Amino acid sequence: MKQIKNIAIKEFKDYFISPIAYIVISLFLIVTGWFFFSTFFIFGRADLRDFFSLLPITFSFIIPAITMRLFSEEKNVGSYETLLTMPVSFTDIALGKFFAATLFTVSMLVPTLSYPIFISFIGEVDAGPVLGGYIGAIFLAAAYCSIGLFASSLTRNQIIAFIIGCSLCFTLTILDKLLFFMPSKIISAIEYIGASSHFTNISRGIIDSRDILYFVSVIFIFIFSTYIVMHEKN
Amino acid sequence: MIEVQNLTKHYKDFCAVNNISMTIRKGEILGLLGPNGAGKTTTLRMLTGYFRPNSGTIKIKGFQMPEDAIRIKSLIGYLPESAPLYHNMLVYDYLEYVAKIKGIDDKEKRYDRFLQLSDICGLSSIMNKPIANLSKGLKQRVGLAHAMMTDPEILILDEPTSGLDPNQIAEIRDIIKAIGKEKTIIFSTHILSEAEATCDRIAIIHNGKMVADDTTANLKRGAQQNSMITLSLRGALKEDAASLLKSIHSTLDVKNIDPVEKDLVSFEITNLDNQSKDHDFRSDIYLKIKETDWIIVQLIKESQTLEKIFRELTREEA
Repeated sequence: MKQIKNIAIKEFKDYFISPIAYIVISLFLIVTGWFFFSTFFIFGRADLRDFFSLLPITFSFIIPAITMRLFSEEKNVGSYETLLTMPVSFTDIALGKFFAATLFTVSMLVPTLSYPIFISFIGEVDAGPVLGGYIGAIFLAAAYCSIGLFASSLTRNQIIAFIIGCSLCFTLTILDKLLFFMPSKIISAIEYIGASSHFTNISRGIIDSRDILYFVSVIFIFIFSTYIVMHEKN
Repeated sequence: MIEVQNLTKHYKDFCAVNNISMTIRKGEILGLLGPNGAGKTTTLRMLTGYFRPNSGTIKIKGFQMPEDAIRIKSLIGYLPESAPLYHNMLVYDYLEYVAKIKGIDDKEKRYDRFLQLSDICGLSSIMNKPIANLSKGLKQRVGLAHAMMTDPEILILDEPTSGLDPNQIAEIRDIIKAIGKEKTIIFSTHILSEAEATCDRIAIIHNGKMVADDTTANLKRGAQQNSMITLSLRGALKEDAASLLKSIHSTLDVKNIDPVEKDLVSFEITNLDNQSKDHDFRSDIYLKIKETDWIIVQLIKESQTLEKIFRELTREEA
């Protein structure tokens, strides 16, 4: 537990030492801000629905960019060897890195809290969906971080890690829009696998244990896969 | 302290380490020698738990790999080859991170340890620099500080002096010798003089196999049989001198070589007989030459160097 904390803190600090963090955060804020406000005044609705509806797509590109270095960089530089020969277990490393990435995406969401605050000056904001939206965003971010972590553990090349991460996250995001092409028997199963519907449910302010269970399962599956990859690669 | 039995590691169909067994006692400094790609690094990586062996057992202080991997890892200080560190961190931050991971939780203790380490490894002037800006030798020192953080009982150093300048090599060697008095140290190198100067024991690995494992002195003694005498004479004729030398003992092989200076005649004399291998022929040669009017300019018994032993053991079979 202590080791997880130590690794998480180190990895989290690492983000802010290099310029990547600031670039990714600005990119995220510019993209989400522009998409949100470009239609905000046209519809004239005092809510964050548009912001949250775009989040899965933006996340599926931004988060793999955040997580791509977690393992790949260490393997490339060779510090992976120093890390693995210190008294830490694979689980400590995987979880530490996962929490660092999740914490970083959460801190990336913090500036967007200015949107609801700003909107509350123009109109009445319904607190439920906003709160639900942020809780959903954290779950979604955590799930995508675990996917990105897994992608990074596969290769020492950060670009490949990014592309694998993007493809996995993007597939989960758009899966429920592809139902049209699926045989009718498996539609409900595919719909359950897709991340969007679960996120939409939570971001409407409906916190259902099934949706939470979905995200927790995704996180578990990918962290466990990371663990297996680490185990197999040494 | 360390018991290794039948250690084997394959990379796909290439066998990097083949059935290596060894025992290392407490307080020993073991030098692991071998040509490039002989399997030194792979062996050390298995000892430190970075690689899992395909077969064989590793027991360290009674703990078994991989079941007690974490316990073992906390007993070992390891400096990987070319000291891979986190490049974007400051030296101080890096050491603090390592100290925390290695379980030095108390802030005071951590600080005291940093002072000691910066003293031993000479880090005081670079504590506030990013690791990426350091030269190779300085990185190596930070790596050494990393390895010695918890004052571990076993130190494993993979080519600790590669790529360093002669002064730094001497410094690192001094450090190894100093801490080797109470610690068990295993280090790999392909610089033979270094192993000779610092190690109690030398293991030579070739093509993944252990070809020699003995104390430095024993290794040299064992290979002494063909020790060679170099002789240079002034005022002698090649043929006369050669026949005179041959008349000393029937088993002597006399070979004429290019002389060091123009007016000299030089010979390499080897005793081919194993029974009289401990006999020193220098006296016989001197007494024989004394009877003539030639002048001995050079008479050297070349003792077997580690380099020769190494070359003999690791020669590629054609």
